[in-house]
Amino acid sequence: MRQLLILSLSVLALAACEREDREYRANPVTSETEEKIALSPLSAGPSGPTEQRSGLGQQYEENAYHIAQGKRLYIWFNCNGCHAHGGGDSGPPLLDDRWIYGGQIENIVQTIREGRPNGMPSFRGKVPDDQIWQIAAYVRSMGRNVPKPAAPGRNDDMHPGPAEQRRPPGEVMDGGQIPPAAQMPQ
Amino acid sequence: MGGARLALGLTLSLILQPALPIFAQPTPPQPAAPPFVTGPEDGQWVIPQKNFANTRYSDLSEINTETVRNLQVAFTFSTGVNRGQESAPLVVGSTMYVLSPYPNILYALDLTQPGAPMKWQYNPKPAAAAQGVACCDVVNRGPTFANGRIYFTTLDAHVVAVNADTGEEVWKTKLGDINRGETMTMAPLIVRDKVFVGISGGEYGVRGWIEALNAEDGKSVWKAYNTGPDQDVKIGPTFKPFYDSDKGKDLGVTTWPADAWQQGGGTVWGWLSYDPDLNLLYHGTGNPGPWNPNQRPGDNKWTAGIFARDADTGEARWFYQTSPHDLHDWDNVNEMILLDMEWEGQPRKVMVHPGRTGFVYVIDRTNGEVLSAKPFHALTSVTGVDLKTGRLQTNPEKEPVNNRVIRDICPTAPGAKDWNPSAFSHKTGLLYIPHMNMCMDWESVEPNYIAGTPYIGAEVRMMPGPGGHMGEFTAWDIREGKELWTINERFPLWSGALATAGDVVFYGTMDGWFKAVHARSGEVLWQFKVDSGIIGQPTTYRGPDGKQYVAILSGVGGWAGSIVSADLDPRDGTAAKGFVNAMRELKNVTTKGGTLYVFKLP
Repeated sequence: MRQLLILSLSVLALAACEREDREYRANPVTSETEEKIALSPLSAGPSGPTEQRSGLGQQYEENAYHIAQGKRLYIWFNCNGCHAHGGGDSGPPLLDDRWIYGGQIENIVQTIREGRPNGMPSFRGKVPDDQIWQIAAYVRSMGRNVPKPAAPGRNDDMHPGPAEQRRPPGEVMDGGQIPPAAQMPQ
Repeated sequence: MGGARLALGLTLSLILQPALPIFAQPTPPQPAAPPFVTGPEDGQWVIPQKNFANTRYSDLSEINTETVRNLQVAFTFSTGVNRGQESAPLVVGSTMYVLSPYPNILYALDLTQPGAPMKWQYNPKPAAAAQGVACCDVVNRGPTFANGRIYFTTLDAHVVAVNADTGEEVWKTKLGDINRGETMTMAPLIVRDKVFVGISGGEYGVRGWIEALNAEDGKSVWKAYNTGPDQDVKIGPTFKPFYDSDKGKDLGVTTWPADAWQQGGGTVWGWLSYDPDLNLLYHGTGNPGPWNPNQRPGDNKWTAGIFARDADTGEARWFYQTSPHDLHDWDNVNEMILLDMEWEGQPRKVMVHPGRTGFVYVIDRTNGEVLSAKPFHALTSVTGVDLKTGRLQTNPEKEPVNNRVIRDICPTAPGAKDWNPSAFSHKTGLLYIPHMNMCMDWESVEPNYIAGTPYIGAEVRMMPGPGGHMGEFTAWDIREGKELWTINERFPLWSGALATAGDVVFYGTMDGWFKAVHARSGEVLWQFKVDSGIIGQPTTYRGPDGKQYVAILSGVGGWAGSIVSADLDPRDGTAAKGFVNAMRELKNVTTKGGTLYVFKLP
């Protein structure tokens, strides 16, 4: 009886643990996800733009493993060369709340994949699709637009600021500002 | 007896000497501008450097130490672009030429009319994507006038020639590929029928070069790389470097790990000088790529040094490396001011070069011998220059180690002084150096070469140097190798200097003050607050009405000011390659701009 109790309690305790899912088999480089999203909150007609998200974005940005992988890949693919550790350089900052080309994870995936006209290179065919999602998930964590437990802790390198996990929750301002130099007066 | 009298005499003279300077050795004269730039003042300002010797001095003296306090705004003009304005307003005849940062619009203003209305504008429409491979804001350092044309570079690596009267494009040549990180930001130099230009992109693993184009049609005349085999570098039998470390075959290959020279940097984006008597063109070479020195054991020839080349053929004559195996991004692109001076009793043709390494170099420009190198900045990472070998002496404690943060390295990655040019007064014989007072922490990390993306491998954060201020404006005695006076500024100085015969020297600050100071005492005689921070190059000219004018572009930006011009986030100290860590306050004192200010006396 006592043994049965211990056994059932153990089973219950183990069942209470939720393990993060990991995709061990990634998609090949050539395939890419297709999310139906808009770049503008405005649409023809009063109903707002038609968008359809598969839910993949949420899976990525709520998953600590994916975000941690994204942080590593962010360096590997030289994202920090232009965006620093979120503060920006030749590329715009990523830890602030202004998103020129949309701040949802699906927008960020699209920006990485296709590039943007004022200097963001296109990484299509250069970075596997799941890694693009991981990088985008990490970018979302910079302004703490991901759940706190999933965001990375402090790293061993030079501290540019507090760790992603310790930042206050961010917000996303759609639209942001087009780089002023892109506005040709003529 | 005779000996005793001599001894007495010697003792007396030793005692009396301080009181009777007439018996002392006559002090040699101050350095002077070479004869090829000391002709009568024409009242124009046709190239950013003012002349081939890069002195940035005008003989105009209507604005002088007495009258300067009455200086007032004559007219203003918006460049329409609010990124960093590093350019110099030019004046040719009765027309002023102003060049904006990307998208590199050239404006011509009619000085004969009240308010200097626009005559025309020319827009080269550079590729917008070039903004993504411009390391340090989308700046341009100025147009150049010659042969009835205005020549300038565009951010997407084109060189254009525009008819100076009509604004019509004469030719436009593509010299680089933005997909490999190649851009252009420098002011060309035109000597007779040749246009000299170089490539930018030292932070993107670009293999640096300088090219001579035919001024008539833009066709290439010669091109010399700054890394790789001797043939590419244009090193042949006439190459006679002064120091042994620069002698040998194919050093541009053998002083690198295998093939690393192909992404080795050594770009040309700074100031060119030219000596018509020697027919030598002088240009600096930028930092080696990547910044992390542990990736590239060896001296990394021919980066971070000075080349003297035959202007007709491009053949190298001598080379001097200011930072062999560069540790901290010390490009050698700063201005080289050509002067004549007496050195140890002998007349020497020299170049004076305030370098990023923290020293003012005096170099014999005929053969590349370093005569002196005296510090003008607080130093922790370097200790001096060995004049026997010419080699920079570094402090081993401050040398980068992979994945370790090394603290308090002075000077910083932009150096004791970056691109912003000094001025030499032909009248006082002094050099006026706008520079920095900063230190940094540096962590070398392994970089990854992906063409068209940065190739750096270092985490940096900068901070103010000793004293807490970040900028200094220094009057420098070249002969003695020491400062005469210094004005401290809160922010780094990123503007050029201008010297005039009125004994007034001009410069601007990043918090938006345009200042006129006494060339001899350093007293601030006049200052004016403009709409944004100043990182441009002041120029002066005689207008069609015969009066003297002073012109400056305001509009903060550049590497130091990109926190404002590119809206960077101050919470990340490593933003803008570590400059943001020191510049957080700039957002609270100035905003973006892009305005020409021209001043005159009432």
